[in-house]
Amino acid sequence: METFLAYLNEAPGTVLPGLMFYVLAIVLLYAGVMVITARNPVHSVLFLILAFFNAAGLFLLLGAEFIAMLLVIVYVGAVAVLFLFVVMMLDIDFEQLRKGFVRNLPLGLLAGVVLAAQGIMFAISWSFAEGAKEGKGPTVLSSATNTEQIGQVLYTHYMLPFQVAGLVLLVAMIGAIVLTHRGNTGVKRQKVAAQNSRRPADVLKLNSVNPGEGV
Amino acid sequence: MPYIPYLGEYFPVLIFLAIAVVLSSAMVGMAYLVARQKPDKEKNSAYECGFEAFDSARRRFDVRYYLVAILFIIFDLEVAFLFPWAITLDDGSVFAFWSMMVFLGVLTIGFIYEWKKGALEWE
Amino acid sequence: MDSSVLLNLGMQLGWLILLVLMIVVPLLITVAYVTYAERKVLALVQLRMGPNLVGPFGLLQPFADGLKLIAKETIIPTGANRALFVAAPILLFFLSLVSWAVIPFDVGLVLADINVGVLYLFALSSLGVYGIIIAGWASNSKYSFLGSLRSAAQMVSYEVSIGLVIITVLLLAGSMNLSTIIIGQAGGITGWYIWPLLPMFFIFFISGLAETNRCPFDLPEGESELVGGFNTEYSSMTFALFFLGEYANMILMSAMTAVLFLGGWHSPIPGDDVIPGLVWFAAKIAFCLFVFIWVRATMPRFRYDQLMRLGWKIFLPFSLLYVVGVAAYVTFFRGAL
Repeated sequence: METFLAYLNEAPGTVLPGLMFYVLAIVLLYAGVMVITARNPVHSVLFLILAFFNAAGLFLLLGAEFIAMLLVIVYVGAVAVLFLFVVMMLDIDFEQLRKGFVRNLPLGLLAGVVLAAQGIMFAISWSFAEGAKEGKGPTVLSSATNTEQIGQVLYTHYMLPFQVAGLVLLVAMIGAIVLTHRGNTGVKRQKVAAQNSRRPADVLKLNSVNPGEGV
Repeated sequence: MPYIPYLGEYFPVLIFLAIAVVLSSAMVGMAYLVARQKPDKEKNSAYECGFEAFDSARRRFDVRYYLVAILFIIFDLEVAFLFPWAITLDDGSVFAFWSMMVFLGVLTIGFIYEWKKGALEWE
Repeated sequence: MDSSVLLNLGMQLGWLILLVLMIVVPLLITVAYVTYAERKVLALVQLRMGPNLVGPFGLLQPFADGLKLIAKETIIPTGANRALFVAAPILLFFLSLVSWAVIPFDVGLVLADINVGVLYLFALSSLGVYGIIIAGWASNSKYSFLGSLRSAAQMVSYEVSIGLVIITVLLLAGSMNLSTIIIGQAGGITGWYIWPLLPMFFIFFISGLAETNRCPFDLPEGESELVGGFNTEYSSMTFALFFLGEYANMILMSAMTAVLFLGGWHSPIPGDDVIPGLVWFAAKIAFCLFVFIWVRATMPRFRYDQLMRLGWKIFLPFSLLYVVGVAAYVTFFRGAL
């Protein structure tokens, strides 16, 4: 077992992590393309989930195990579930939506050309800092695990972005309710506390009735 | 010594994944092989207590499921932020404790808003 | 790469496969016998006999059931999406198997001792929602789809409280590695995390019932309500996989309870070395499973809105408060470890 795992962890020339990288990257790109070209919206979401899994695998290869697991928990486990709920419940007529393809083609092409031009300009003007090519990867300063490293800095040095994240979540909560909640009034609801605190003395009255008389 | 990601621990997980997929598919495949398949119109129709199916299988969109899913995302993210904090809290940093308390306070305000608005009701 | 390295690799791969089978095969047998145990325990609680015809004391009943299910025809309803229809139970069963890769059975007896073990388990239980949603939708039937949506919403609501309870355990343990969590509970029964986290134990257990769609939270599966819920249209092996997946999840929840709260493979008597840790772990899992079945035999079913109210309005605030409490204790009273 030790030799096998040592082989896996050798510096350049490792077979398995290299192979895994290419497999994950190619499947990720394929899934990404299929998300936008699939006919059935449910298939689109399923390809999106595939893309998320592959991204998580790529993070694992980098050693960022916390981010990889988080991707699965949050993206696949929550966001994609939301997408799936919506896509499955709405009866979207995709044929209708796709009808405008030829009409909108020039505008789409223009947007694509502008983006490509920007990308090329970016690539041409890229220059490496001195000594960057010798560095192998992100330098790690402590011997703690990935999660612990994040924990050590996120709540102290990066406290302000952290609080901003909290505020973004607050806005999301309030926004979701403002946009969707219809507030059914007049619906009879259970008031459990009232039910539990009812005492027999308040609601029952025992009458002893003589036989032959009414109440 | 800097932390070198020990990926070797994940390799058994990969093998386990592969074997589990093979096993699950084999169980279904076995049933296809062993049992006689005789598809019949009555057997294949959707179950509706013996009647023909009324209208389509797609329901009208129910907003409550959507709301539950969104609330789940938000609280899931809150739990995700809590994970590294929980592990590093025993280093004794009081500042980290209070910064998380502020974060939780902000989200609790949102939670109270939802509660008052009745978004947590009847579903 | 010369041939001796390849041979070495091949042998070690073979060894890994053997280890995996050593986990999977006993797990499958356990799942089969949990179905038997449930029927027997339910029967005895209800003052009847339960299976006692097939084999001595009915012990071969699970195999008879399995054979019957394999021999039945797999019906795929018209209009159903064939690939997804068959993929859903495979996915569900697959997820309940894969979670066992990180569970420590004894000191060092864990297949993959990853640093984020707890997160891995949490991720896999989040994925459990998919099998159900896909099953319900792919069946092209109103009842299935409605049942699956409700079941998914229920599972998702109790995920949050499970997450918060796990946070309290992590606060005390200081690591997400499952073996480290168990090692932190050494020292006999007084060291187990159940004592400082008693309310959290109950919330975890009840949320586990809700996650696995067990009584009293099995309304979406509603055997008397929505016919079969999301598995109305399933027959033969596909139905069996759902069924087995649910029991495997039950065993997994029991194992997680044992690992997080009951000290894993530690014996309750401090310094006891006679009985191996594996036996103690199995005994704790068996106890939790018994409570699962006991609850099913005893309690009436929760109505859906009561179930959601419990998850969002009671468990969530309470676990959050407890997280704050435990965190305050760890920061101010325990100091740096």
